[in-house]
Amino acid sequence: MENNLKKVDIIFEDSDKCAPLKVLEKTLKRTADDIILDLIDSGLKGRGGAGFPTGLKWKFTRNETSDVKYVICNADEGEPGTFKDREILDRVPEKIFTGMAICGYVVGAKEGYIYLRGEYNFLLKGLLKKLSDFNAALKKLNVDFQIYFKSGSGAYVCGEESALFESMEGKRGEPRNKPPYPTVAGYNSKPTVINNVETLVYTTMICHMGPEKFKALGTSDSRGSKVFSVSGDTPIPGIYELELGMPLHDFVNEFGDGDTKAVQVGGASGHCVPRKKFNDTIIGFEGIPTGGSMMIFNSSRSMYNVLHDYLEFFAEESCGQCTPCRVGCQQLLKGIEAVKRGERPPAYLDDLKKLTGTMKIAAKCGLGQSVGNPFNSIIDNFREEIIY
Amino acid sequence: MSTTEALVKELVEKNGRTRNSLMPVLQGIVQQEHFLSEEALICVAKELDLSAADVYGTASFYTFLDTVPRGKNIIRVCKTITCHMKGKDEVIKAISNALKIKVGETTHDNKFTLLSANCLGWCHKGPVMLINDEVFPELTPQKALEIVEEYAKK
Ligand SMILES: Cc1cc2nc3c(=O)[nH]c(=O)nc-3n(C[C@H](O)[C@H](O)[C@H](O)COP(=O)(O)O)c2cc1C
Ligand code: SF4
Ligand code: FES
Repeated sequence: MENNLKKVDIIFEDSDKCAPLKVLEKTLKRTADDIILDLIDSGLKGRGGAGFPTGLKWKFTRNETSDVKYVICNADEGEPGTFKDREILDRVPEKIFTGMAICGYVVGAKEGYIYLRGEYNFLLKGLLKKLSDFNAALKKLNVDFQIYFKSGSGAYVCGEESALFESMEGKRGEPRNKPPYPTVAGYNSKPTVINNVETLVYTTMICHMGPEKFKALGTSDSRGSKVFSVSGDTPIPGIYELELGMPLHDFVNEFGDGDTKAVQVGGASGHCVPRKKFNDTIIGFEGIPTGGSMMIFNSSRSMYNVLHDYLEFFAEESCGQCTPCRVGCQQLLKGIEAVKRGERPPAYLDDLKKLTGTMKIAAKCGLGQSVGNPFNSIIDNFREEIIY
Repeated sequence: MSTTEALVKELVEKNGRTRNSLMPVLQGIVQQEHFLSEEALICVAKELDLSAADVYGTASFYTFLDTVPRGKNIIRVCKTITCHMKGKDEVIKAISNALKIKVGETTHDNKFTLLSANCLGWCHKGPVMLINDEVFPELTPQKALEIVEEYAKK
């Protein structure tokens, strides 16, 4: 079958040429402005979900006047169906450290932190050893930048950047109001760059190979490649780096089991795409963006169970700080249960859809705002499975 | 000085006497004592000059900072969708039967607590569980039982 899927090897590429410390040394000889221009030119957008242009984020933080600034690597990876950051941390941590050190140089930060989810504590021992070697190398190179680890303690919402700062400051992981944005007031209320693990590795690799090679991949809205976490009903689950901008159809041809009914793109907070839309769904910022989670469901799966699992997840992980999300998540969950039991008429689902509209406008952070993504896409495409 | 008090003092010494040290201090206590006792929370509050309510409020936010007694080994089986599809129910049932406890409970000898958890980041190798900080992917009920037995011997 015709297939336009392109496998790429940038993130895990392992050769002497891209030895992280060599990339660092080479890059530090350039001016901060040049590095920022390259990043902007490359078109790299954040790989943690929100897709903000990385070069601009660094530029904004550089432009802030402050004695103290921070670089933070978001390794909280809690989105259901995502496991690529764990693999990156395990296999190429020096590329992450290097991206952070380059960022520190560009924005004028002396401290970097990696916020590692508590579920990945087993990685810590090995990582600390590699980090202490790296920190020593930084000192030897006379680079005024040191990196530290901070551990999470089992809270999905702490992946949200401002909740992550709160957690690092020893508080409940409750998202803050925005603005101010992290580039102005992040950790300890100082200008902060926070990037996803994978984003930081791409910054290292763009500094290594130049923006041209990166931008030659993907589409005008979605430059480059991305690491995908593929799970569910597939004979080949795992981690794959693919060129962005592919039709979902090609993805399913490669990874599906021949009986694919739907793909949840972007994890629990992402969108469910049914088979009839595989052809005209593009995976990328112009279509459906994803932090990497691709969960494949075949025809044996009940989409009611899928939605129920997601809603249970959100009801548990909502920080409870704002009412639309705290109450909304619970009501959505109870609502589909009531419809399933026949205690509510099918039309009640439309009331619940309106509730997700309210949540999108009134919830304080991305968690509550995006519950409507899975809810509406599953209800709209698999309504009869929810009711009967 | 009780052992808890000594532990808190040591952790505060190591991490610093500021609010920013609260998480590492609480994590350090859980590492040793498996949960945060009232004594531990009050002691942390005193050492970091915070109110006990503030310390409790922070701790109770986090799933891994338990404020109720837990066994020496905490089993967390992933219950999110992919692991659900791959058979986490059977794994939980097998462990539950063997240890004679339900999810959320602790064995009488205080050796095990059985919990469920949200996605642990191993969806391509589900079902998966954590025992304390160690991870066990690609479980079958049989495999899970053997692993738990190993821990019972320790
Ligand atoms: C509820 C919630 C959870 C999030 N979890 C993560 C996460 O685990 N890892 C991550 O990199 N970004 C996560 N994000 C996005 C971050 O807030 C932030 O946008 C990202 O770390 C920025 O990095 P990037 O620009 O490199 O993508 C989450 C956002 C929300 C609303
Ligand atoms: S939307 Fe949900 S998770 Fe976000 S701040 Fe409100 S209650 Fe907390
Ligand atoms: S769903 Fe179980 S590890 Fe992700």
